[in-house]
Amino acid sequence: MDKITQKLMQKSESTKKDSLGRAISLAALSLIVIVVISIFTFVMSRGLSTFFHDGVHVKDFLLGSTWNPSVINPQTKQPYIGALPMILGSFIVTFLAAIVATPFAIGTSLFMTEIAQKRGAKIMQPIIELLVGIPSVVYGVIGLTVIVPFIRQIFGGSGFGILSGTIVLFVMILPTITSMTVDTLKSVPRHYRESALAIGATRWQMIYKVVLRAATPGILTAIVFGMARAFGEALAVQMVIGNAALMPHDLTSPASTLTSVLTMGIGNTVMGSLQNDVLWTLAMILLLMSLVFNLVVRAIGRKGELK
Amino acid sequence: MNAKTADKIATGVIYAISGIVALILISMLAFILIRGVPHLSWHFLTSPARAFEAGGGIGIQLFNSFYLLILAMLISFPIALGAAIYLNEYAKKGRFTSIVRTAIEILSSLPSVVVGLFGFLIFVVQFGFGFSILSGAIALTIFNLPLLTRSIETSLAQIPNLQREAGSALGLSRWETVIHVILPAAVPSIVTGVVLSAGRVFGEAAALIYTAGQSAPALNFADWNPFNISSPLNPMRPAETLAVHIWKINSEGIMPDLNAVSAGASAVLIIVVLLFNFSARKIGAKLYKKLTSA
Repeated sequence: MDKITQKLMQKSESTKKDSLGRAISLAALSLIVIVVISIFTFVMSRGLSTFFHDGVHVKDFLLGSTWNPSVINPQTKQPYIGALPMILGSFIVTFLAAIVATPFAIGTSLFMTEIAQKRGAKIMQPIIELLVGIPSVVYGVIGLTVIVPFIRQIFGGSGFGILSGTIVLFVMILPTITSMTVDTLKSVPRHYRESALAIGATRWQMIYKVVLRAATPGILTAIVFGMARAFGEALAVQMVIGNAALMPHDLTSPASTLTSVLTMGIGNTVMGSLQNDVLWTLAMILLLMSLVFNLVVRAIGRKGELK
Repeated sequence: MNAKTADKIATGVIYAISGIVALILISMLAFILIRGVPHLSWHFLTSPARAFEAGGGIGIQLFNSFYLLILAMLISFPIALGAAIYLNEYAKKGRFTSIVRTAIEILSSLPSVVVGLFGFLIFVVQFGFGFSILSGAIALTIFNLPLLTRSIETSLAQIPNLQREAGSALGLSRWETVIHVILPAAVPSIVTGVVLSAGRVFGEAAALIYTAGQSAPALNFADWNPFNISSPLNPMRPAETLAVHIWKINSEGIMPDLNAVSAGASAVLIIVVLLFNFSARKIGAKLYKKLTSA
C-alpha cells in the first residue's frame, strides 16, 4: 500500500482529537452521575443500618415521639429513637412557610408581569434576583436578631420555635418562588391576554380566569421548589427553632427539624454507634424527600404538557 | 359585586402585597448593611478572630472563604464544562441522556447539609483527609456542579446552530467546532454563570461545617509554602469560612462582642455576594462587546 492510501485509510488527526474530546467530556459527565449514585449508596447504606444492623423497628423510628438516643428505655431495652418530633417539625415549617409565601409570591409576580411591567422590571426584578443569592446564614442572623426577640415580646416564652422558623423560611423562599412564578407568567402567550380583553374581560378577570389558569402548572412547580428548599434548609432554621427534640404542640415553643438535629448532632457521636446511625437515617429521610419533591415536579410538568 | 369593583379591589390587593414584599426585602438588606457597615474597619477585616474576648476580626475566615472558593471553582469548572459540552454537543436523545439529566436535577435539589454529610463520610473519614480545605473544596464542588453544568449548557445552547453548520462546512470536526467556534462565542454568558455560581458558593455554610471544619488555626501570612502547617495555602489545614463563622459564633453565643462581629461579618458576606451578582452581568456584557463586533 502506498503512503496516500495508508493516510486515507487511517483516522485523520482531527477525528482522533474529536474522539479524545468526546471521551473527556463524557468522562466529566459520568463523574457527576457517579457522585450522585455514590451519595445515594453511602447515605442509604449508613441510614439503613439503623434498621438492619442495630435492629430498630421502622415503626418505632418513624412514629416514636421521644428522641434521646443516648438514653436506654428500660422497658424495651432500646434507646429512645422516635424521630416523629423532627419529621413533624420539618413538615410543619415547610408547609406553613409555603402557605404564607404563596399568596405574596403570586401577588408580587402579577404586579411585575401584568400590572406594572416597567416598575416591576426596574425595581422588583433586581431586588428579587439579589435576594435569591443571599446566603442562608444571613437569614438566620436576621431571624436571631429581629424575629426571635419580636416573637418573644408578643407571645412570651423564649421566642425560639416553629413560628420563628416559619417566618425565616418564608422570607427565604419568597424570592425563589416569586422569580420562578414571574418566569411562568411571562411564558403565557400574549394572545391569551389579548383575546380575554377583547371579549370584554376586566384586567382582573383576564388575570384570574386566563393567565393564572394557564400558568397553574408552572406556579405549582415554583411552590414545590420553594418547599424543597425550605425542607432542606439547615442553618437558618437551626438558629431560630430552639433545637428541642420535643413533639411540637404549639407554634412558639422550641422544636426541631431533621436538618437542625443533623447539624447539631453528627459531630458529637461516634461513627458506627447507634446514636450516629439514627442521624444518618434522618439524613436518608432528607434525601428521599428531595427525591419525592423531584418526582412531584415531574408529575406536575407531565400534567401541564397534556393540555 | 360587579366586575369593575372586583377589578379595582384586586388591583389594590396586588399593589398592597407587592408593596409589603418590597418593604420586607428592602428593609432586610438595609438592616444588614446599616447594622454591619459601621463595624467594618481595616483591623476587623484583617485581624484573626478571638473566641473569648472582644476586638477580634475575621481576617482568616475571609481568606479561607476566598481560598476555598477558588479551589472549588478550579475543580468544578473543568468538570462542569466537559459535562455541559457532552450534553449539548454530543448527547443524542435517548435513555442515557435522560438518566443523566435526571441525576443532575436530583443533585441540584439535594439539601446542602446532605452534601456536607456525604463529604464528611467519604473524604473526612474514609479517605482520611480530616477537616481540611481539600474536603471542603470537594464538598463545594459537588454542591456547585449541577448548577454550573446547567448554566454552561444553557450558554452553549444559546449559540445558533448556524455556527455549528459553518464549522462543519469548513471541514472542522465537531470537537474543533466546539473549541474554536462555539466556546469563544459562549464565553460571555459562561463567565456570567461562573461568577453567579461563585456568589452562591461563597455564602454556603451547611456543606462546610463537617468538611472544612469549624476552626481557623492561626496562619503565618509570610509563609507561602503549601506544605507547611501554618501556611495559608496548605490544603490539609482546617478552615472555617466566613459563613460558617457567622453560624458558629451565633450558635455558641460566648463571644462578648458577638453582635458586632456577627453584624459586621454578615455585612461583609452580603457585600461580597452583591458584588459577585453585579459584576457577573457587567463582566459578561463587557466581554460580549469585546469579543464580538456588536
